[in-house]
Amino acid sequence: MSVIIPYVDEPHPMTGVTNAKLAIWLFLASEVMLFGALFSTYIILRHGSTHWPSGELNVPLATINTVILITSSVTMVMAWASLKMKEFGKFKMHMALTILLSCIFLVVKGFEYHHKFEVGHTPASHTFYAIYFAMTGLHGLHILGGIAVNAYLLWPGSKMWLTEPERFTGRIEVSGLYWHFVDLVWIFLFPMLYLLP
Amino acid sequence: MSGHGTGAGHAHEGHHELPFWRKYIFSTDHKVIGLQYGITATFFLLFGFGLMLLMRWQLAFPGQAIPVIGKMISDDGVLTPELYNQFGAMHGTIMIFLGVVPMAVGAFANYLVPLQVGAQDMAFPKLNSASYWVYFCGGVVMLASFFFEGGAAASGWTSYPPLSDIANNAQSVWLVGMVFLITSSLLGGVNTIVTAIQLRAKGLGFMNWPVHVWAQVITAFLLLLAFPPLEAAGVLQLMDRLAGTSFFLPSGLVVSGEPLKVSGGGNPLLWQHLFWFLAHPEVYVLILPAVGIIGEIYVTNTRKPLYGYKTLVYSLIFLGFMSFIVWAHHMFMTGMGVTLSNFFQTTTMIISIPSVIILTTYLLTLWGGSIRYNTAMLFALAFLPMFAIGGLTGLPLGLTASDIHLHDTYYVIGHFHYVVAPGTLFALMGGVYFWYPKITGRFMSETWGKIHFWGSIIAINGIFMPMLFMGMAGVSRRLYDQTVYMHGAATQNLNVLMSVSAWILAVMQIPFVINMFVSWKTGKKCESNNPWDATTLEWAATCPPPHENFTTPVEVYRDPYQFNTANQAIPQFKA
Repeated sequence: MSVIIPYVDEPHPMTGVTNAKLAIWLFLASEVMLFGALFSTYIILRHGSTHWPSGELNVPLATINTVILITSSVTMVMAWASLKMKEFGKFKMHMALTILLSCIFLVVKGFEYHHKFEVGHTPASHTFYAIYFAMTGLHGLHILGGIAVNAYLLWPGSKMWLTEPERFTGRIEVSGLYWHFVDLVWIFLFPMLYLLP
Repeated sequence: MSGHGTGAGHAHEGHHELPFWRKYIFSTDHKVIGLQYGITATFFLLFGFGLMLLMRWQLAFPGQAIPVIGKMISDDGVLTPELYNQFGAMHGTIMIFLGVVPMAVGAFANYLVPLQVGAQDMAFPKLNSASYWVYFCGGVVMLASFFFEGGAAASGWTSYPPLSDIANNAQSVWLVGMVFLITSSLLGGVNTIVTAIQLRAKGLGFMNWPVHVWAQVITAFLLLLAFPPLEAAGVLQLMDRLAGTSFFLPSGLVVSGEPLKVSGGGNPLLWQHLFWFLAHPEVYVLILPAVGIIGEIYVTNTRKPLYGYKTLVYSLIFLGFMSFIVWAHHMFMTGMGVTLSNFFQTTTMIISIPSVIILTTYLLTLWGGSIRYNTAMLFALAFLPMFAIGGLTGLPLGLTASDIHLHDTYYVIGHFHYVVAPGTLFALMGGVYFWYPKITGRFMSETWGKIHFWGSIIAINGIFMPMLFMGMAGVSRRLYDQTVYMHGAATQNLNVLMSVSAWILAVMQIPFVINMFVSWKTGKKCESNNPWDATTLEWAATCPPPHENFTTPVEVYRDPYQFNTANQAIPQFKA
């Protein structure tokens, strides 16, 4: 007899979620605490500072990046919705778009970082830049992780569509929840780091 | 409908033909992983204890060469101040993050939670294996730091900046090791919660969970929500050390007469807040699994239901919640202000209420029971007074006025060791004696068990009771040689007593370790699935359970602890 794990592809009748969905919500709760600690750090550092730089970051670039990231969240939902409508080809397209947009986000971010280093705004120059690089860097790592997972789901992992379509759709949904969270973190980072006077 | 939907499940294929390395090394079986955690954690517990045994020589006989093994650690055999600091920092780190937590959570939750909820494995078996190996890597990184130039991290397990920011490279290694351990705990926490909630057997409601499952789930929530801020803090400290940032470095810092070349503007207290935001819930991570284990042992060995099961469960939940808002009682002496101190003093007094309720329900569970005094029960019985001493000595530390005198003295060390050593560790040892027949199909020797128990309980009090007195006499913790101070020299004889007790305690663990290994092959055989006549689901499985735990799906018919008038168990799984 082999080991059977229930509720992998269908929701538990009492909790209403699959195992993976419960797990991702728990994981996101821990992510809230992770970023929450950094947001608190920002507040405490700023509160204790005598001079706090503002207006030195590139707002237009960050605005473009915001749009890019929100669009990628939309395509992520479309990828999931395509699977729900059993249209695998459309899923592939939307997933590829999501990955492309996330890569563009990182490239833009890379240009921003490069410019900051060129003009001497390094993590060591001021605690504002320290927290700026810490938060956007950690956020960038989350984007990178999302790209890795989504690329896996687009190429090697998508074989599961043929054998267990329900479970595969669930995976896309879970990956999507993570992706929206990463998006949401940026929605908070953008005004706090770029726009606050 | 709940429980095992046979058609809906996902099956692991061909497990019975697995090669050795898949079955015992990179296994996905929660029982094997539980044992891997247990064995690794036992090694680290003994290693961390060993570091302390060496430190205790220096404390008892300052400046004298350590006999026999002294030559291995320094040229003249004396434990140098540098080594003393490293050993102190690593003793704390190893005992907490590599010893007690992996044992209490990694081993016990992994092995028992799926069995106690009637599941065939953890919800995510591969993730489970990954958590163990991430923990293992963290352990290797921590051990490797001893071989770096300048030795292991020496900033204490709390790693307070600014000193930790400017310490040698080993501190960076320590931080990397911590990131591994934190990640492992996160993965494990998610897995435990999902398993306990989603994989419940048919008929098992939340209020039918054994108290151990409740304790482990609440612990998992603490790990999940308290650890990330330390991970953030660890990354920030790593940036301070490697990228030249000043998160924890204030302006105008002068080190060895030279102004430190950093931008400044940081806040050392920030680290303390982030650190204790983890480290206070961590205390409850250490104690809650023990509370759960104790509950199971008490019920089975008093032959009566748990007194006030619901009260106990609600107290555990409330305790878990409150543990997030008491952290700054570790920081009364940092000058953070009266308002904050008052707030945290109040919450600290409030959190003692559910703790006392928990102890009271257990005390009332014992009342009128027909108690079986086997080794597991002896350890569990010892837990109550020991944990009570640990808890009650915490009250003066939680009050700002008395904390001024006691802060950073041996009193603090005595207090939290009473909670964790004769508290949690005794509960874990009791748990080993209690579940050993389930794990191996054989009993551990009762005679050697009782020798282990009585030797340990006497020796361990010989270590930690004098610490309380020494602390009240004003001796600071982390002193390399207290005899250089007049008040320290006055209590030096207590140090000799403590050291001798520590060495006796070490000797008393030898029968335990031997018993654990020898009984595996030669212990008295377990005749039935339920040798203790207990009530919870794990006793429905065979001893030891097969890979899939239950050959036929179990169903639950009643709440976890019921007995008939003839003191016989009415198990949850009996129709």
